[in-house]
Amino acid sequence: MRYKVIHRTEYEYRSGVSVSQHMLHLRPRTTERQRVDAFHLAVEPAIGTSNIHEDFHGNLVDIFSIDTPHKTLIVTSTSHLEVSSPTWPDPASTPAWESARDGAPSELADGRPIEFLYDSVKVAQSATFRDYALKSFTPARPFLAALLDLVNRMYRDFRFDPKATNTTTPIEEAFTKKRGVCQDFAHIGIACLRSLGLPARYVSGYLETVPPPGKVRLAGADASHAWLSAWCPGLGWVDADPTNNLLPGDRHVTIGWGRDFGDVSPIRGVAVGGGDHTLKVGVDVLREGG
Amino acid sequence: MSAQPAPPDPAADYQPPPAVFDEFKDAGGRIREPWDALAPSLIAVGRDAIRDRREGARQLLKEHGVTYNIYADGQSDERPWNLDILPLVLGANEWSRLRAGLEQRTRLLDLVLRDLYGPQRLVRDKLIPPALVHANPGFLRPCHGIVPAGGYFLTMHAVDLTRAPNGDWWVLADRTQAPSGVGYALENRNVISRVLPDELRDSHTQALAPFFGGRKAGLRALAPWTNTPTIVFLTAGPLTETYFEHAYLARHLGFPLVEGGDLSVRNRQVFLKTLEGLQRVDVIVRRVDDTFCDPLELRAESYLGVPGLVDAARAGNVAISNPLGSGAVEAPALLAFLPALARHMLNESLMIPNAATWWCGQETEREYTLAHLRQLVVKSAFLGSDDPPHFGESMSQTALDQLAKRIRQRPHQFVGQQRVALSTVPVWNKDRLEPHPLILRCFISNTPEGYRVMPGGLARVSGTPESPVVTSRHGGGSKDTWVVSTNGTIDAALIAPDEESHQQIHGGAPSRSAENLFWLGRNMERLEDKARLLRTALSRLAGEGTPTEEQELLSVKRALVEMERLPPVFQGRVSRVRFLATLEEYIFNPETVGSAIRLMNQIRFLTASLRDRLSGDTWRILNQLQTEFRDAPKQGQAAGHLRTLHKLIYNLAAFNGMEMENMTRGTSWRFLELGRRIERGCNLLDMIRAVVAVDPTGSSSLVPLLEYSDSIMTYRRRHFARPHLPTTLDLLLLDATNPRSLAFQLHAIGEHLPHLPAAGGHPPEQEHFAQLVRVLESAELQQTEGGIPFLRVLTSTGRELRILSDILTERFFSHVVPRAN
Repeated sequence: MRYKVIHRTEYEYRSGVSVSQHMLHLRPRTTERQRVDAFHLAVEPAIGTSNIHEDFHGNLVDIFSIDTPHKTLIVTSTSHLEVSSPTWPDPASTPAWESARDGAPSELADGRPIEFLYDSVKVAQSATFRDYALKSFTPARPFLAALLDLVNRMYRDFRFDPKATNTTTPIEEAFTKKRGVCQDFAHIGIACLRSLGLPARYVSGYLETVPPPGKVRLAGADASHAWLSAWCPGLGWVDADPTNNLLPGDRHVTIGWGRDFGDVSPIRGVAVGGGDHTLKVGVDVLREGG
Repeated sequence: MSAQPAPPDPAADYQPPPAVFDEFKDAGGRIREPWDALAPSLIAVGRDAIRDRREGARQLLKEHGVTYNIYADGQSDERPWNLDILPLVLGANEWSRLRAGLEQRTRLLDLVLRDLYGPQRLVRDKLIPPALVHANPGFLRPCHGIVPAGGYFLTMHAVDLTRAPNGDWWVLADRTQAPSGVGYALENRNVISRVLPDELRDSHTQALAPFFGGRKAGLRALAPWTNTPTIVFLTAGPLTETYFEHAYLARHLGFPLVEGGDLSVRNRQVFLKTLEGLQRVDVIVRRVDDTFCDPLELRAESYLGVPGLVDAARAGNVAISNPLGSGAVEAPALLAFLPALARHMLNESLMIPNAATWWCGQETEREYTLAHLRQLVVKSAFLGSDDPPHFGESMSQTALDQLAKRIRQRPHQFVGQQRVALSTVPVWNKDRLEPHPLILRCFISNTPEGYRVMPGGLARVSGTPESPVVTSRHGGGSKDTWVVSTNGTIDAALIAPDEESHQQIHGGAPSRSAENLFWLGRNMERLEDKARLLRTALSRLAGEGTPTEEQELLSVKRALVEMERLPPVFQGRVSRVRFLATLEEYIFNPETVGSAIRLMNQIRFLTASLRDRLSGDTWRILNQLQTEFRDAPKQGQAAGHLRTLHKLIYNLAAFNGMEMENMTRGTSWRFLELGRRIERGCNLLDMIRAVVAVDPTGSSSLVPLLEYSDSIMTYRRRHFARPHLPTTLDLLLLDATNPRSLAFQLHAIGEHLPHLPAAGGHPPEQEHFAQLVRVLESAELQQTEGGIPFLRVLTSTGRELRILSDILTERFFSHVVPRAN
């Protein structure tokens, strides 16, 4: 599937910002099932240059500073890309999940699972998450079957509720409330897997939402999205979306991945001045061509 | 108290414990060779002389204001630095072995960092388990791929050592981020060289100065793009535990002491915000921990760092000592792998062994640790954990079982470590020598000639002979460390900051320090105003109670009420006892708004953050100001308080004199002056306005007013009469030759303003000031004396002066703290 993705973020500051620094994780990665044909970044007020580097996990990062005083900052990224669906084997035929646990720490070449095995800033392992996960990861159960079951249980047990949490809510709280948004669900799923000794990473991206039959798709209706990815020998990284109870196909566009949201936060900034600010985010994931 | 008759020889009396190594005496009780020069002298001088020298050292430390901040319940408590009079003495041969081992260790850790932040071959070659990278909070992913400007991954390394019972040195820990102690070591030498000058020389003690010279040259070499690098010393501020040391080192090395808010990144370059504008920074000596250095890429909640610093380092535009991410090799787990790494990377064996360490992330090592929990110390494998070390020996079986369970759950988080018996060293305590456990911290720096070890170190001893805990935080002490030289080179002198660094420190003054100087000027003057006001009242309370005194006292009280410095009840008759008690509150009660002690605390905070810019003499005066006041009796007689205030005023005068005679007439000085002049003008206007309001004829308030403004002598000399209102006002308002008059203050302000850095056009503070002077001149003060228009002019002039202060603040000091979003 071919897409044009427009991601627009607008900061409105109460008072003027004199200098600010920004770091973006907005450039979609090229992966086995995603080809990026074009990317364009527009910033208002205008910036001289944005410096691009590849981060530790291979994502492309933009960093720039703005030293013209401003009260509004608009960052718009536009990507043209093509996504295909992965094909997974019959879940029952995949290796026992314990092989992923036992293989991960020594595995150094393929997919670097070791980097995603340990605690990160937003995701700490605990007995609570382990116990929750063990109900799906029963002894010797095939990896993919167990993963699908975990995602399915999370989908049933948790309720999507944007008012319940914000970006700083600890995952333990979201877990207790059984409410949250895609970021919380991805983090909780990762905590469950890591608490079992399984490598798991956070994927930042977009989801094409299809309007109900007969309705027109509204511009900006889509949002940035997040899901998780789990590792198994032989299969490599398997994406799973607990918010929608599915394994992502060609409607999930990947920006990048890291240990948790903190590694791939789409826009991070530090401003001198500004006071309070309001934030408006709009995402359009538009189908293109055939 | 009955004192035991003291044996004549302190050294003979010294009994080290068995089964540990003692630095001073060998197992046969003989004094070890390196102490040969010191020990006889020690015996010769005797106890009284040692006591005197100890007192001398204590006095010097107090004068220098050497402190260490301790935190408890969110409160900071500044403790005096504890320095034992006796040094630790190390022999030349032994030192050369130790030095080679330390240089080797720094080279090795530099190479390990180079690999971890680059190709990570060591992980692939299985010399370092992957968890030591990926589970290590000291490994900073944003710094991966950065090759530090200057080429070193480690430019200042501290190693904690002790000596095993067999006499071999062992490494206990490495400090590779922002190690502390090198400044305290320097100050220890500075003090000891004054109280034991002959002993220092006779022992042929190696000088520390060349090390600091090398350190400085090494830092300069980190910025190859310029011949005149700007080097700054980054601190987290006056509340930091080791803030004394930051200011001390910054001054010694000649680098401006800056906080994160003083620096700003533009286009991947770091700049210092100075009054004159932005100044490019080439090298940052940081004393802020890794993760706090950049809220953009590291901890977002940090207010201590510089947003964009990591990216500036990535671009190679700034050198940081140590480079960000260097904390990765502080992990105790790494100790287990260093012997193999030395063989692999250097093709050498590790010259100084570590305390044996077993990382529980490996199965054999975990099982060994679990089987020997009682003999071992179990520690967190990585830094940044709140978990204190567990000493198996002193734990209950239940606690051990619980620990074992935690290790099994998260093995990679733990190491087991051999318990090392610390060596002992004599400490002078209660007139005798006691053996206290010792840890020696050594320092290694890059220099243009490669890595160099400071010949000496910071010797730290526990607070009691029994305690194995050796930290400044827990009440331990420190010692100077003497390395005996083979060739007899002696140079105890410290290097003076050189010409170039002098210019540097006077050139780019951070805006923050100018702001602090401005407020120091205002607060010092406010304190003087307070002291003088209180003195006019107290001197009459302490007097004989003549009718004149009583009248004047009443006027002073009323004026103080008018100025809202006293509650309205004092307008009427109030008992002397009650009045005295109230005045005591205004002097000594820190809870009372505007009290002298409160101002003193504000001054203390300001001077703490200006420490690198105040001369040693100025610092001594400020210290004396604080301590004399703190030690003064808080309750009692008016006469006693009067003496306290007299002393306070003398000390303030000494500070002012020091400023007038010793401070370079740069922008910083002008801000200090402006603060003082604006404050003095405001206070004088307040006082005159109050006096005129409560006593329009001036019958009983003019003498106190002239006393307050230190102009009574001038007045008497000129007029030979009891003060009269018009002539008094003339002297206090219009006489430009009187340094206490309003005219004098305005004249001084008018002198300073045109010298402030201008942004071009008409500086708003100059326009405002010109307007103020015009209004005052047109008011024709003399004709309207005592009348309402006169009072109005005084009020509005005071207000305008305060607005001038706001304008200066707005234009020069308003920097908002960066916020992450």
